[in-house]
Order: sequence, then C-alpha cells, then structure tokens
Amino acid sequence: MSGTPHIDMLRSPLGRARGLGSARAGSHHWWAQRLTAVALVPLTLWFIFSVIHLSGASHDRVIDWLSSPWTLAPMLALIVATFHHLQLGLQVVIEDYVHEERFKMPSILLIKGLSVILALVCIVSVLKIGL
Amino acid sequence: MRDVRDALMVARDSNGKLVRRPMSPHLQVYRWPISMALSIMHRVTGVALGVGTLMLTWWLVAAASSDDVFDRAQWFMGSALGLLLLFGWSVALIFHFFSGIRHLFWDAGVGFDAPTYNTTGWGVLIATGVCSVLVWVVGLAVW
Repeated sequence: MSGTPHIDMLRSPLGRARGLGSARAGSHHWWAQRLTAVALVPLTLWFIFSVIHLSGASHDRVIDWLSSPWTLAPMLALIVATFHHLQLGLQVVIEDYVHEERFKMPSILLIKGLSVILALVCIVSVLKIGL
Repeated sequence: MRDVRDALMVARDSNGKLVRRPMSPHLQVYRWPISMALSIMHRVTGVALGVGTLMLTWWLVAAASSDDVFDRAQWFMGSALGLLLLFGWSVALIFHFFSGIRHLFWDAGVGFDAPTYNTTGWGVLIATGVCSVLVWVVGLAVW
C-alpha cells in the first residue's frame, strides 16, 4: 500500500492507544523476570549438582537429603523462582503469538493458574518430606 | 481507513506528515544468523523447560508419597524414554542457563555489539555441549 494514509474515524489518538499499553506496569514484569533469572543462576547450579549426586538414589536417601533445612530452603526458593520465571516467560510467548483476544487472555490465565498450582504441589510435597 | 488496528500503524514522520509505519519482513525472508537462531532457541527451550517442570513435580510428589510410588518414578526416569526426556531436559536447561546469562549481560549493557554477541553466541553453544556431556558422564558414573 502506498500514498499518504488517511484516517476518518471519530477516535482521538489517546482513545486509540488506551488499553493497549502497559499502563506503567511494563517494567515490573521485565524486572521480575530478570530478578528471578539472577536468583535461578546459583539455584539451578545447586540443583544440577544435587540431582547428579542423587542419581539412582533410594527413597530413604532422597528423604534424608530433603530433610535438612539447608536443602529444604534452597529447594523452596528454587520452586518459587522457577515457577514465577516460567509464568512470566510463557505470558510473553502467548502475548507474542496469540493474537485473538478471546484466546489470549484465557490462555494467559490458564498458564498462570497452572503455574501456581504446580508450584504449590511442589511446595507441599517438599514441606511434607522436610518438616 | 476505518479499522482501529490499521490506524495504529499510522504515525507522523519528522515533518508532521501522516505515514504508514514500516513493517519488518517476515521471518522466512531472513537468513539465519546465530543471534537469531539462539534467540529462538532460548524461547523454545524456555517453553520446553516449562513442560519439564511436570517431571520435577512428579518426582517431588512421588518422593512425598510411598516407597512404591517413588520407586515407580525412579524406574521410569531410568527407562529409555525417561532417560531421553531427562537428557532433553538437561540440555535445554543448560542451554537456557548460559543463554540467559548472556541476556543478563546484555541487560546490563555489556556485549551488545555484533562481533561480541556473535562470539558469545558460539560460546553459549560450546559451553552447552561441553557441560551436557560432563553432566551425563558424571551422572551416569554416580548412577
């Protein structure tokens, strides 16, 4: 399409832009994603080393491992940071690729809800063993 | 023009004239520089790791249940399919880990020029390969 575009619509530029932006909340999402990313650097390293250490371990050994506060605390931090980071990331992916409004919001709410439930399931399991 | 979405693609240029905003070409038009490939891989591995959290959840739930349930989970993860899933999960995690650190440096304003990000891009791939092999060699040795 070429030529000077022409708008004949009774809506102000402000009216057209409203509801489509971040309304000053945009940087919070970005910052939360970086913050959880930074937290996950040491936590992921710790988790990989732990999993290697536990490969093929018996149930008793895993329970023993999780029973220490020094394991339980980073495990809880890992669960919270992982699912928060995941939920923020998946939200952006959905916002980028799902363009139909009637699918976009439900799918974002669905993955957020699922993330919360899965995180709680992990937290409850870990606490059940460790406490 | 009567569609709001069309109208959003219209802006004023520096002379105040109304112009249609330029659109970037579709993905298929580009060749695949490493930066673009890694950017897409960062997303794909992120989504894959999201699916992988189901495995983590299962393992923790099994550990909180009985010996039997835990043994079944351990058995599955030691099976051919389980090992394949774990392998995919570990490579995705290691890649996302290194690629994520590269992103954090960019956010801090470091390394965001073409020669550097091309070098660090290959660095991420090499580090992913080396660490994946290392993790599995040590992991299988312990197992």
